[in-house]
Amino acid sequence: MARIIVITSGKGGVGKTTTSASFAAGLALRGHKTVVIDFDVGLRNLDLIMGCERRVVYDIINVINNESSLNQSLIKDKHCDNLYILPASQTRDKDALTLEGVERVINELAKDFEYIVCDSPAGIEKGALTALYFADEAIVVTNPEVASVRDSDRILGLLASKSRRAIENLEPIREHLLVTRYAPERVEKGEMLSVNDVKEILRIPFIGVVPESQAVLQASNSGTPVIHVNGADASDAYKDVVARFLGEDRPHRFLDVQKVGLLKRLFGG
Amino acid sequence: MSLIEKIFGRTEPSPPVRSVGSAAVARERLQIILAHERGDNNEAAPDYLPALQAELMQVISKYIRISQEDIKVQFERQNKFEVLEVNIILPEK
Repeated sequence: MARIIVITSGKGGVGKTTTSASFAAGLALRGHKTVVIDFDVGLRNLDLIMGCERRVVYDIINVINNESSLNQSLIKDKHCDNLYILPASQTRDKDALTLEGVERVINELAKDFEYIVCDSPAGIEKGALTALYFADEAIVVTNPEVASVRDSDRILGLLASKSRRAIENLEPIREHLLVTRYAPERVEKGEMLSVNDVKEILRIPFIGVVPESQAVLQASNSGTPVIHVNGADASDAYKDVVARFLGEDRPHRFLDVQKVGLLKRLFGG
Repeated sequence: MSLIEKIFGRTEPSPPVRSVGSAAVARERLQIILAHERGDNNEAAPDYLPALQAELMQVISKYIRISQEDIKVQFERQNKFEVLEVNIILPEK
């Protein structure tokens, strides 16, 4: 049975697409056949972050409207063998993204893939509700900042009331809190909410933290999910998140200010 | 930065106390607003309430003279029960 995971947040700009790209790539790197779907009709960006924008021919709306087959619309990732991307439409009307249509696409994908990652648009409108509707698990991407935490709380309410699992009275969606753009030095100064603050407020299981990292912008500039930038802190953080998602017990990192070693102090970083 | 400082770290005054930072204010504000929003249960209140109230008003007005404020329609969710409370105050004779 394929697992369906929605990457969601409510607020825009917190790192949903960055997380979708690296999380899906991470699952594929671990040998799992994975597809990542962009649900942001009209504002698609996953293709840019994954570096396949010039290879988009057909999109999810074409599949829903039977204008192309699923295989014609899926784009094979250039970094991982096990990874495919299903882009959103950039020009079509958002209303074309119907629940029935998406269900058909997901059911067809589920025959072939182990993991279906849904990159949700921001907001709580139809696109976001459609992205979360079929989810078995949700990664709630939150910045340690008041607006993001409040919007995440709102999304948690929707996961618990508007998803298929909620409506059909099934086992609830498994929720995971991912705190991104974390700056431990600012937390230490009392300028930024700590991971513990966010955990205490949102009260869902914590899957990890991605530190604020220059590598994220550099990776998106070149169309490479940041998880592939070996040695980058954000890459290690996403690899940990994927491992924990797959059931491994990994100690949390990037929570505290890195202590500079003696040699580094003497000779510079 | 001198070599001594490089090796032993700068002797800075102890780090600022966390509670004076703005993060503490953020945490408190969030706790208050979310307690309010969760308690409200915005989604629980169906959006037909104003229409229901208006139609009740029309029906009752056929028989009794009452004003808009005399009808209160409230929706509450208590654990597993949803309670629709309609309160009509009849005029004194």
